[in-house]
Amino acid sequence: MNVITVPGSLDDQTFESVLEQIAKLPVDARLLVDARNTTWASPYGLTALLTLAQTREEKPQFFPPEKEDTASYWSRANFFRYADDLFEIKGRVPSQRTERESTTLLEITPVSKSDDVHTVVERIQSKAAHIITQNLHLESRAVLGFAMTLSEACQNIVEHAGRGGWVAVQNYNYRKRMGRHVVQIAVCDAGIGIRQSLESGNRRPLTDRWDDGQALETAVMQGMSRFPDHGRGQGFKGIRGYLGKWSGKLAVRSGTSRVAIVPPWDDDVPRRDHLSPMPGTQLLIMIPEKVER
Amino acid sequence: MMSPHTIDVCQVLRSAVNQNYGNLLTRDTGMAVRHQIERELAANREGGITSLDFSSIGMMDYSCADEVVAKLLVLLQNDDITRGGYVVFCGIGEEHLELVESVLTHHGLALVCLCDDGCARLIGRASDAERRAWEMVRIRGHAAPAELADEFGFGEEIVARVLDDLSRRRLVRRNSTGFIALDVPDTVQ
Repeated sequence: MNVITVPGSLDDQTFESVLEQIAKLPVDARLLVDARNTTWASPYGLTALLTLAQTREEKPQFFPPEKEDTASYWSRANFFRYADDLFEIKGRVPSQRTERESTTLLEITPVSKSDDVHTVVERIQSKAAHIITQNLHLESRAVLGFAMTLSEACQNIVEHAGRGGWVAVQNYNYRKRMGRHVVQIAVCDAGIGIRQSLESGNRRPLTDRWDDGQALETAVMQGMSRFPDHGRGQGFKGIRGYLGKWSGKLAVRSGTSRVAIVPPWDDDVPRRDHLSPMPGTQLLIMIPEKVER
Repeated sequence: MMSPHTIDVCQVLRSAVNQNYGNLLTRDTGMAVRHQIERELAANREGGITSLDFSSIGMMDYSCADEVVAKLLVLLQNDDITRGGYVVFCGIGEEHLELVESVLTHHGLALVCLCDDGCARLIGRASDAERRAWEMVRIRGHAAPAELADEFGFGEEIVARVLDDLSRRRLVRRNSTGFIALDVPDTVQ
Protein backbone atom coordinates (compact mmCIF):
# COMPACT_ATOMS: atom_id res chain seq x y z
CA MET A 1 0.00 0.00 0.00
CA ASN A 2 1.32 3.42 -0.93
CA VAL A 3 0.48 6.07 1.63
CA ILE A 4 -0.19 9.50 0.18
CA THR A 5 -0.16 12.21 2.81
CA VAL A 6 -2.60 15.06 2.32
CA PRO A 7 -1.09 18.35 3.61
CA GLY A 8 -2.51 20.03 6.69
CA SER A 9 -3.83 22.86 4.59
CA LEU A 10 -5.06 21.69 1.20
CA ASP A 11 -5.33 24.23 -1.62
CA ASP A 12 -4.24 24.55 -5.25
CA GLN A 13 -0.60 25.09 -4.25
CA THR A 14 -0.26 22.35 -1.65
CA PHE A 15 -2.20 19.87 -3.77
CA GLU A 16 0.97 19.70 -5.88
CA SER A 17 2.63 17.78 -3.03
CA VAL A 18 -0.09 15.11 -3.33
CA LEU A 19 0.60 14.81 -7.05
CA GLU A 20 4.36 14.65 -6.45
CA GLN A 21 3.85 11.64 -4.17
CA ILE A 22 1.73 9.89 -6.79
CA ALA A 23 3.89 10.77 -9.81
CA LYS A 24 6.33 7.95 -9.25
CA LEU A 25 3.63 5.29 -8.86
CA PRO A 26 1.97 3.31 -11.66
CA VAL A 27 -1.69 4.15 -12.30
CA ASP A 28 -2.85 0.80 -10.93
CA ALA A 29 -0.85 1.14 -7.69
CA ARG A 30 -2.98 0.82 -4.56
CA LEU A 31 -3.14 4.14 -2.69
CA LEU A 32 -4.06 5.07 0.82
CA VAL A 33 -4.85 8.77 0.85
CA ASP A 34 -4.29 9.96 4.37
CA ALA A 35 -6.08 13.20 5.27
CA ARG A 36 -6.14 12.56 9.03
CA ASN A 37 -3.99 15.59 9.78
CA THR A 38 -5.66 17.91 7.33
CA THR A 39 -7.39 20.77 9.05
CA TRP A 40 -8.41 23.03 6.16
CA ALA A 41 -9.26 22.57 2.49
CA SER A 42 -10.24 24.98 -0.24
CA PRO A 43 -12.90 24.10 -2.84
CA TYR A 44 -10.01 23.42 -5.23
CA GLY A 45 -8.44 20.99 -2.76
CA LEU A 46 -11.67 19.04 -2.27
CA THR A 47 -12.67 18.84 -5.93
CA ALA A 48 -9.11 17.94 -6.94
CA LEU A 49 -9.09 15.05 -4.43
CA LEU A 50 -12.24 13.62 -6.02
CA THR A 51 -10.78 14.15 -9.47
CA LEU A 52 -7.60 12.39 -8.42
CA ALA A 53 -9.57 9.33 -7.31
CA GLN A 54 -11.29 9.25 -10.72
CA THR A 55 -7.90 8.83 -12.40
CA ARG A 56 -6.94 5.68 -10.48
CA GLU A 57 -7.54 2.19 -11.78
CA GLU A 58 -7.81 0.80 -8.24
CA LYS A 59 -10.19 2.53 -5.85
CA PRO A 60 -7.91 4.30 -3.33
CA GLN A 61 -8.43 3.97 0.41
CA PHE A 62 -9.10 7.19 2.28
CA PHE A 63 -8.57 8.30 5.86
CA PRO A 64 -10.82 11.33 6.53
CA PRO A 65 -9.67 14.28 8.66
CA GLU A 66 -9.56 13.51 12.38
CA LYS A 67 -10.50 17.01 13.42
CA GLU A 68 -14.23 17.06 13.89
CA ASP A 69 -14.79 20.56 12.51
CA THR A 70 -12.85 19.77 9.38
CA ALA A 71 -14.62 16.46 8.73
CA SER A 72 -17.92 18.14 9.42
CA TYR A 73 -17.18 20.91 6.91
CA TRP A 74 -16.10 18.38 4.27
CA SER A 75 -19.36 16.60 4.87
CA ARG A 76 -21.40 19.80 4.51
CA ALA A 77 -19.49 20.56 1.32
CA ASN A 78 -20.75 17.23 -0.11
CA PHE A 79 -17.25 15.77 -0.25
CA PHE A 80 -18.11 12.44 1.36
CA ARG A 81 -21.29 12.12 -0.67
CA TYR A 82 -19.18 11.65 -3.80
CA ALA A 83 -16.03 10.34 -2.16
CA ASP A 84 -18.02 7.35 -1.02
CA ASP A 85 -18.16 6.07 -4.61
CA LEU A 86 -14.60 6.97 -5.50
CA PHE A 87 -12.67 5.99 -2.35
CA GLU A 88 -12.84 3.15 0.08
CA ILE A 89 -13.37 5.32 3.15
CA LYS A 90 -11.76 4.05 6.34
CA GLY A 91 -13.48 5.09 9.55
CA ARG A 92 -16.59 7.09 10.28
CA VAL A 93 -17.50 10.33 8.59
CA PRO A 94 -20.02 12.84 9.92
CA SER A 95 -23.44 12.69 8.35
CA GLN A 96 -24.42 15.64 6.22
CA ARG A 97 -26.41 18.00 8.41
CA THR A 98 -28.76 20.21 6.55
CA GLU A 99 -30.23 22.18 9.41
CA ARG A 100 -27.19 24.40 9.85
CA GLU A 101 -26.91 27.35 7.50
CA SER A 102 -23.88 26.61 5.42
CA THR A 103 -21.44 29.33 4.43
CA THR A 104 -20.71 27.29 1.33
CA LEU A 105 -21.95 29.06 -1.76
CA LEU A 106 -22.15 25.89 -3.77
CA GLU A 107 -21.39 22.46 -2.37
CA ILE A 108 -19.38 20.09 -4.54
CA THR A 109 -21.63 19.42 -7.52
CA PRO A 110 -21.06 17.05 -10.42
CA VAL A 111 -21.03 18.57 -13.90
CA SER A 112 -21.27 16.50 -17.06
CA LYS A 113 -23.97 18.05 -19.24
CA SER A 114 -25.48 21.44 -20.09
CA ASP A 115 -28.41 20.99 -17.72
CA ASP A 116 -25.94 20.67 -14.83
CA VAL A 117 -24.58 24.13 -15.69
CA HIS A 118 -28.08 25.61 -15.51
CA THR A 119 -28.67 23.88 -12.18
CA VAL A 120 -25.39 25.19 -10.77
CA VAL A 121 -26.09 28.79 -11.77
CA GLU A 122 -29.67 28.67 -10.55
CA ARG A 123 -28.70 27.23 -7.20
CA ILE A 124 -26.07 29.86 -6.59
CA GLN A 125 -27.94 32.87 -7.96
CA SER A 126 -29.51 34.37 -4.86
CA LYS A 127 -26.69 33.49 -2.46
CA ALA A 128 -24.09 34.84 -4.90
CA ALA A 129 -25.86 38.18 -5.19
CA HIS A 130 -25.73 38.59 -1.41
CA ILE A 131 -22.09 37.50 -1.01
CA ILE A 132 -20.83 39.59 -3.91
CA THR A 133 -22.49 42.80 -2.81
CA GLN A 134 -22.34 42.34 0.99
CA ASN A 135 -19.09 40.42 1.56
CA LEU A 136 -17.01 41.38 -1.45
CA HIS A 137 -18.53 44.89 -1.62
CA LEU A 138 -18.69 44.78 -5.39
CA GLU A 139 -21.34 46.57 -7.42
CA SER A 140 -24.48 44.59 -8.20
CA ARG A 141 -23.50 44.41 -11.88
CA ALA A 142 -20.69 42.06 -10.79
CA VAL A 143 -23.31 39.40 -10.03
CA LEU A 144 -24.25 38.75 -13.67
CA GLY A 145 -20.59 38.51 -14.63
CA PHE A 146 -20.06 36.06 -11.80
CA ALA A 147 -22.81 33.80 -13.17
CA MET A 148 -21.30 34.10 -16.64
CA THR A 149 -17.86 33.17 -15.28
CA LEU A 150 -19.22 30.17 -13.41
CA SER A 151 -21.21 29.04 -16.43
CA GLU A 152 -18.27 29.31 -18.85
CA ALA A 153 -15.92 27.56 -16.42
CA CYS A 154 -18.35 24.64 -16.03
CA GLN A 155 -18.96 24.45 -19.77
CA ASN A 156 -15.30 23.71 -20.20
CA ILE A 157 -16.09 20.28 -18.76
CA VAL A 158 -19.22 19.77 -20.85
CA GLU A 159 -17.59 20.83 -24.12
CA HIS A 160 -14.04 19.57 -23.80
CA ALA A 161 -13.32 17.13 -20.98
CA GLY A 162 -14.94 14.03 -22.39
CA ARG A 163 -16.05 12.96 -18.92
CA GLY A 164 -17.79 14.50 -15.92
CA GLY A 165 -16.12 16.72 -13.36
CA TRP A 166 -16.85 18.78 -10.27
CA VAL A 167 -17.54 22.36 -9.31
CA ALA A 168 -17.54 23.98 -5.88
CA VAL A 169 -17.80 27.61 -4.78
CA GLN A 170 -16.92 28.99 -1.39
CA ASN A 171 -16.68 32.37 0.25
CA TYR A 172 -14.04 32.64 2.96
CA ASN A 173 -11.66 34.96 4.68
CA TYR A 174 -8.34 34.62 2.88
CA ARG A 175 -6.14 35.46 5.84
CA LYS A 176 -3.03 33.79 4.45
CA ARG A 177 -2.43 36.39 1.78
CA MET A 178 -4.87 39.23 2.11
CA GLY A 179 -6.94 39.24 5.27
CA ARG A 180 -10.00 39.83 3.13
CA HIS A 181 -12.95 37.87 1.91
CA VAL A 182 -12.62 36.01 -1.37
CA VAL A 183 -14.97 33.88 -3.39
CA GLN A 184 -13.28 30.86 -4.87
CA ILE A 185 -14.64 28.81 -7.76
CA ALA A 186 -13.00 25.46 -8.40
CA VAL A 187 -13.83 23.41 -11.48
CA CYS A 188 -11.91 20.16 -11.83
CA ASP A 189 -12.14 17.26 -14.23
CA ALA A 190 -10.07 14.20 -15.04
CA GLY A 191 -10.86 14.31 -18.75
CA ILE A 192 -8.62 14.54 -21.78
CA GLY A 193 -7.00 17.84 -20.84
CA ILE A 194 -6.45 20.94 -22.95
CA ARG A 195 -3.55 19.66 -25.04
CA GLN A 196 -5.39 16.56 -26.22
CA SER A 197 -8.58 18.56 -26.72
CA LEU A 198 -6.82 20.93 -29.13
CA GLU A 199 -5.07 18.05 -30.88
CA SER A 200 -8.40 16.23 -31.33
CA GLY A 201 -9.69 19.13 -33.41
CA ASN A 202 -6.42 19.53 -35.33
CA ARG A 203 -6.07 22.91 -33.67
CA ARG A 204 -2.44 22.58 -32.68
CA PRO A 205 -0.69 25.77 -33.81
CA LEU A 206 2.17 25.44 -36.33
CA THR A 207 5.03 25.52 -33.91
CA ASP A 208 7.98 23.25 -33.15
CA ARG A 209 7.36 23.55 -29.45
CA TRP A 210 4.18 21.86 -28.35
CA ASP A 211 3.53 20.77 -24.80
CA ASP A 212 0.93 21.21 -22.06
CA GLY A 213 2.15 24.74 -21.33
CA GLN A 214 1.85 25.83 -24.96
CA ALA A 215 -1.59 24.22 -25.17
CA LEU A 216 -2.70 26.14 -22.07
CA GLU A 217 -1.40 29.44 -23.44
CA THR A 218 -3.15 28.76 -26.74
CA ALA A 219 -6.51 27.94 -25.14
CA VAL A 220 -6.61 30.21 -22.11
CA MET A 221 -4.74 33.28 -23.30
CA GLN A 222 -5.39 33.19 -27.05
CA GLY A 223 -8.90 31.76 -26.87
CA MET A 224 -8.31 28.83 -29.23
CA SER A 225 -10.77 25.94 -29.02
CA ARG A 226 -10.78 22.50 -30.62
CA PHE A 227 -13.77 23.63 -32.69
CA PRO A 228 -12.95 25.54 -35.89
CA ASP A 229 -16.11 27.66 -35.48
CA HIS A 230 -15.06 31.33 -35.20
CA GLY A 231 -17.38 31.95 -32.26
CA ARG A 232 -15.68 29.41 -30.05
CA GLY A 233 -13.09 30.25 -27.41
CA GLN A 234 -14.87 33.36 -26.14
CA GLY A 235 -15.51 31.77 -22.74
CA PHE A 236 -11.99 32.21 -21.42
CA LYS A 237 -11.88 35.70 -22.93
CA GLY A 238 -15.04 36.57 -21.03
CA ILE A 239 -13.69 35.12 -17.79
CA ARG A 240 -10.42 37.04 -18.20
CA GLY A 241 -12.34 40.25 -18.85
CA TYR A 242 -14.51 39.79 -15.76
CA LEU A 243 -11.58 38.97 -13.50
CA GLY A 244 -9.58 41.88 -14.91
CA LYS A 245 -12.39 44.22 -13.93
CA TRP A 246 -12.68 42.96 -10.35
CA SER A 247 -9.02 42.19 -9.71
CA GLY A 248 -9.63 38.46 -9.70
CA LYS A 249 -7.30 35.55 -10.27
CA LEU A 250 -7.49 32.72 -12.79
CA ALA A 251 -5.26 29.66 -12.75
CA VAL A 252 -5.67 26.74 -15.11
CA ARG A 253 -3.74 23.49 -14.72
CA SER A 254 -3.67 20.76 -17.31
CA GLY A 255 -1.26 17.86 -17.66
CA THR A 256 2.11 19.02 -16.38
CA SER A 257 1.64 22.80 -16.69
CA ARG A 258 -0.28 25.62 -15.15
CA VAL A 259 -0.93 29.15 -16.35
CA ALA A 260 -2.28 31.95 -14.20
CA ILE A 261 -3.48 35.51 -14.51
CA VAL A 262 -2.01 36.94 -11.36
CA PRO A 263 -3.56 40.06 -9.80
CA PRO A 264 -1.39 42.52 -7.83
CA TRP A 265 -2.50 41.07 -4.46
CA ASP A 266 -1.10 37.61 -5.23
CA ASP A 267 2.45 36.32 -5.67
CA ASP A 268 1.70 33.32 -7.87
CA VAL A 269 3.70 32.87 -11.09
CA PRO A 270 2.13 33.26 -14.54
CA ARG A 271 3.31 29.91 -15.81
CA ARG A 272 4.71 26.71 -14.34
CA ASP A 273 5.90 23.74 -16.39
CA HIS A 274 7.27 20.28 -15.55
CA LEU A 275 4.78 19.76 -12.74
CA SER A 276 3.75 16.27 -11.71
CA PRO A 277 1.21 14.96 -14.22
CA MET A 278 -2.52 15.16 -13.54
CA PRO A 279 -5.10 14.13 -16.15
CA GLY A 280 -7.79 16.61 -17.20
CA THR A 281 -8.10 20.30 -16.46
CA GLN A 282 -8.38 22.10 -13.13
CA LEU A 283 -9.56 25.70 -12.92
CA LEU A 284 -9.22 28.04 -10.01
CA ILE A 285 -10.96 31.41 -9.94
CA MET A 286 -10.71 33.87 -7.05
CA ILE A 287 -12.59 37.14 -6.69
CA PRO A 288 -11.44 39.32 -3.78
CA GLU A 289 -13.29 41.72 -1.56
CA LYS A 290 -13.01 45.30 -2.74
CA VAL A 291 -11.17 47.53 -0.32
CA GLU A 292 -11.46 51.30 -0.57
CA ARG A 293 -8.03 52.94 -0.59
CA MET B 1 -51.12 50.61 -37.64
CA MET B 2 -49.18 47.39 -38.00
CA SER B 3 -46.95 46.62 -35.02
CA PRO B 4 -43.76 44.64 -35.56
CA HIS B 5 -43.85 40.94 -34.92
CA THR B 6 -42.36 40.26 -31.49
CA ILE B 7 -40.64 37.14 -30.23
CA ASP B 8 -40.27 36.86 -26.47
CA VAL B 9 -36.84 35.20 -26.14
CA CYS B 10 -37.59 34.04 -22.60
CA GLN B 11 -40.72 32.26 -23.76
CA VAL B 12 -38.77 30.65 -26.58
CA LEU B 13 -36.13 29.59 -24.06
CA ARG B 14 -38.70 27.95 -21.83
CA SER B 15 -40.34 26.09 -24.65
CA ALA B 16 -37.12 25.17 -26.49
CA VAL B 17 -35.38 23.58 -23.54
CA ASN B 18 -38.51 22.66 -21.63
CA GLN B 19 -37.36 24.18 -18.35
CA ASN B 20 -38.60 26.94 -16.18
CA TYR B 21 -35.62 29.26 -16.04
CA GLY B 22 -34.91 32.54 -17.74
CA ASN B 23 -31.15 32.23 -18.07
CA LEU B 24 -29.51 32.17 -21.48
CA LEU B 25 -26.65 29.85 -20.58
CA THR B 26 -24.66 27.20 -22.44
CA ARG B 27 -24.10 26.61 -26.13
CA ASP B 28 -26.62 23.76 -26.33
CA THR B 29 -29.36 25.98 -24.95
CA GLY B 30 -28.38 28.80 -27.30
CA MET B 31 -28.55 26.48 -30.27
CA ALA B 32 -32.01 25.22 -29.31
CA VAL B 33 -33.28 28.77 -28.79
CA ARG B 34 -31.81 29.99 -32.09
CA HIS B 35 -33.35 27.13 -34.04
CA GLN B 36 -36.77 27.99 -32.67
CA ILE B 37 -36.29 31.70 -33.41
CA GLU B 38 -35.22 30.82 -36.95
CA ARG B 39 -38.43 28.86 -37.44
CA GLU B 40 -40.51 31.79 -36.19
CA LEU B 41 -38.57 34.25 -38.34
CA ALA B 42 -39.09 32.10 -41.40
CA ALA B 43 -42.80 32.75 -41.07
CA ASN B 44 -42.20 36.50 -41.03
CA ARG B 45 -39.76 36.92 -43.90
CA GLU B 46 -40.37 38.98 -47.01
CA GLY B 47 -38.88 42.13 -45.57
CA GLY B 48 -40.79 42.24 -42.29
CA ILE B 49 -39.29 43.45 -39.02
CA THR B 50 -39.21 41.16 -36.03
CA SER B 51 -38.50 42.43 -32.56
CA LEU B 52 -36.54 40.03 -30.36
CA ASP B 53 -37.45 40.82 -26.78
CA PHE B 54 -34.80 39.97 -24.16
CA SER B 55 -36.43 41.85 -21.29
CA SER B 56 -37.30 38.71 -19.26
CA ILE B 57 -33.86 37.14 -19.62
CA GLY B 58 -31.93 36.81 -16.36
CA MET B 59 -28.35 35.61 -16.78
CA MET B 60 -26.48 35.33 -20.05
CA ASP B 61 -23.10 33.88 -20.98
CA TYR B 62 -20.82 34.28 -24.00
CA SER B 63 -21.47 30.82 -25.43
CA CYS B 64 -25.21 31.28 -25.45
CA ALA B 65 -25.03 34.87 -26.74
CA ASP B 66 -22.77 33.65 -29.52
CA GLU B 67 -25.40 31.12 -30.58
CA VAL B 68 -28.52 33.23 -30.12
CA VAL B 69 -27.28 36.65 -31.26
CA ALA B 70 -24.18 36.27 -33.42
CA LYS B 71 -25.09 33.14 -35.35
CA LEU B 72 -28.60 34.40 -35.97
CA LEU B 73 -27.23 37.64 -37.45
CA VAL B 74 -24.76 35.72 -39.61
CA LEU B 75 -27.63 33.62 -40.97
CA LEU B 76 -29.75 36.68 -41.69
CA GLN B 77 -26.90 38.49 -43.42
CA ASN B 78 -26.23 35.51 -45.63
CA ASP B 79 -29.88 35.31 -46.60
CA ASP B 80 -31.20 36.65 -49.88
CA ILE B 81 -31.42 40.42 -49.41
CA THR B 82 -34.62 40.65 -51.46
CA ARG B 83 -36.63 38.41 -49.17
CA GLY B 84 -34.97 38.01 -45.77
CA GLY B 85 -36.43 39.62 -42.68
CA TYR B 86 -35.02 42.24 -40.34
CA VAL B 87 -34.45 41.91 -36.64
CA VAL B 88 -34.45 44.57 -33.94
CA PHE B 89 -33.27 43.60 -30.47
CA CYS B 90 -34.99 45.06 -27.44
CA GLY B 91 -34.89 44.65 -23.68
CA ILE B 92 -31.15 44.02 -23.56
CA GLY B 93 -30.25 45.62 -20.24
CA GLU B 94 -27.13 47.68 -19.67
CA GLU B 95 -25.66 44.76 -17.74
CA HIS B 96 -25.88 42.50 -20.81
CA LEU B 97 -24.96 45.06 -23.44
CA GLU B 98 -21.24 44.77 -22.81
CA LEU B 99 -21.34 40.99 -23.25
CA VAL B 100 -23.44 41.21 -26.43
CA GLU B 101 -21.21 43.93 -27.83
CA SER B 102 -18.12 41.82 -27.18
CA VAL B 103 -19.64 38.84 -29.02
CA LEU B 104 -20.64 41.06 -31.95
CA THR B 105 -17.20 42.65 -32.15
CA HIS B 106 -15.59 39.20 -32.15
CA HIS B 107 -17.55 38.39 -35.32
CA GLY B 108 -17.43 41.87 -36.89
CA LEU B 109 -21.22 42.12 -36.57
CA ALA B 110 -23.63 44.85 -35.52
CA LEU B 111 -27.28 44.99 -34.55
CA VAL B 112 -30.00 47.53 -33.93
CA CYS B 113 -31.06 47.67 -30.31
CA LEU B 114 -34.11 49.49 -28.98
CA CYS B 115 -33.12 50.95 -25.62
CA ASP B 116 -35.30 51.56 -22.58
CA ASP B 117 -35.71 55.22 -23.62
CA GLY B 118 -37.25 54.06 -26.91
CA CYS B 119 -34.22 55.18 -28.91
CA ALA B 120 -32.55 52.83 -31.36
CA ARG B 121 -28.81 52.29 -31.01
CA LEU B 122 -26.30 50.61 -33.27
CA ILE B 123 -24.38 48.03 -31.22
CA GLY B 124 -21.27 46.15 -32.31
CA ARG B 125 -18.75 46.67 -35.07
CA ALA B 126 -19.44 49.38 -37.62
CA SER B 127 -17.19 51.92 -39.31
CA ASP B 128 -17.47 55.62 -38.48
CA ALA B 129 -19.05 56.22 -41.88
CA GLU B 130 -21.59 53.44 -41.30
CA ARG B 131 -22.45 54.80 -37.87
CA ARG B 132 -22.93 58.33 -39.25
CA ALA B 133 -25.09 57.23 -42.15
CA TRP B 134 -27.12 54.91 -39.92
CA GLU B 135 -27.71 57.74 -37.42
CA MET B 136 -28.81 60.11 -40.17
CA VAL B 137 -31.37 57.59 -41.42
CA ARG B 138 -32.51 56.91 -37.84
CA ILE B 139 -33.15 60.60 -37.18
CA ARG B 140 -35.07 61.06 -40.43
CA GLY B 141 -36.85 57.68 -40.38
CA HIS B 142 -36.44 57.49 -44.14
CA ALA B 143 -33.80 58.99 -46.44
CA ALA B 144 -32.46 58.73 -49.95
CA PRO B 145 -28.69 59.08 -50.59
CA ALA B 146 -29.19 62.43 -52.35
CA GLU B 147 -30.82 63.90 -49.23
CA LEU B 148 -27.88 62.91 -47.06
CA ALA B 149 -25.00 63.73 -49.40
CA ASP B 150 -24.44 67.32 -48.27
CA GLU B 151 -24.51 66.58 -44.58
CA PHE B 152 -22.46 63.44 -45.04
CA GLY B 153 -19.84 65.40 -46.96
CA PHE B 154 -18.56 62.76 -49.37
CA GLY B 155 -21.05 62.91 -52.22
CA GLU B 156 -24.10 60.91 -53.11
CA GLU B 157 -22.24 57.93 -54.53
CA ILE B 158 -20.31 57.30 -51.34
CA VAL B 159 -23.42 57.67 -49.15
CA ALA B 160 -25.28 55.27 -51.40
CA ARG B 161 -22.47 52.72 -51.04
CA VAL B 162 -22.42 53.03 -47.24
CA LEU B 163 -26.20 52.70 -47.06
CA ASP B 164 -26.06 49.68 -49.34
CA ASP B 165 -23.59 48.08 -46.97
CA LEU B 166 -25.86 48.84 -44.02
CA SER B 167 -28.77 47.35 -45.89
CA ARG B 168 -26.77 44.18 -46.68
CA ARG B 169 -25.97 43.96 -42.98
CA ARG B 170 -29.71 44.38 -42.32
CA LEU B 171 -29.19 47.47 -40.20
CA VAL B 172 -31.46 49.61 -42.41
CA ARG B 173 -34.19 48.56 -44.82
CA ARG B 174 -34.17 49.45 -48.46
CA ASN B 175 -37.25 50.35 -50.47
CA SER B 176 -37.85 51.87 -53.90
CA THR B 177 -37.28 55.45 -52.71
CA GLY B 178 -34.42 55.09 -50.26
CA PHE B 179 -33.54 53.59 -46.90
CA ILE B 180 -35.71 53.17 -43.81
CA ALA B 181 -34.66 52.96 -40.17
CA LEU B 182 -35.54 49.66 -38.51
CA ASP B 183 -37.32 51.23 -35.56
CA VAL B 184 -39.92 52.71 -37.91
CA PRO B 185 -43.19 50.73 -37.91
CA ASP B 186 -43.97 48.77 -41.06
CA THR B 187 -46.73 51.17 -42.14
CA VAL B 188 -44.22 53.97 -42.88
CA GLN B 189 -42.78 52.11 -45.84
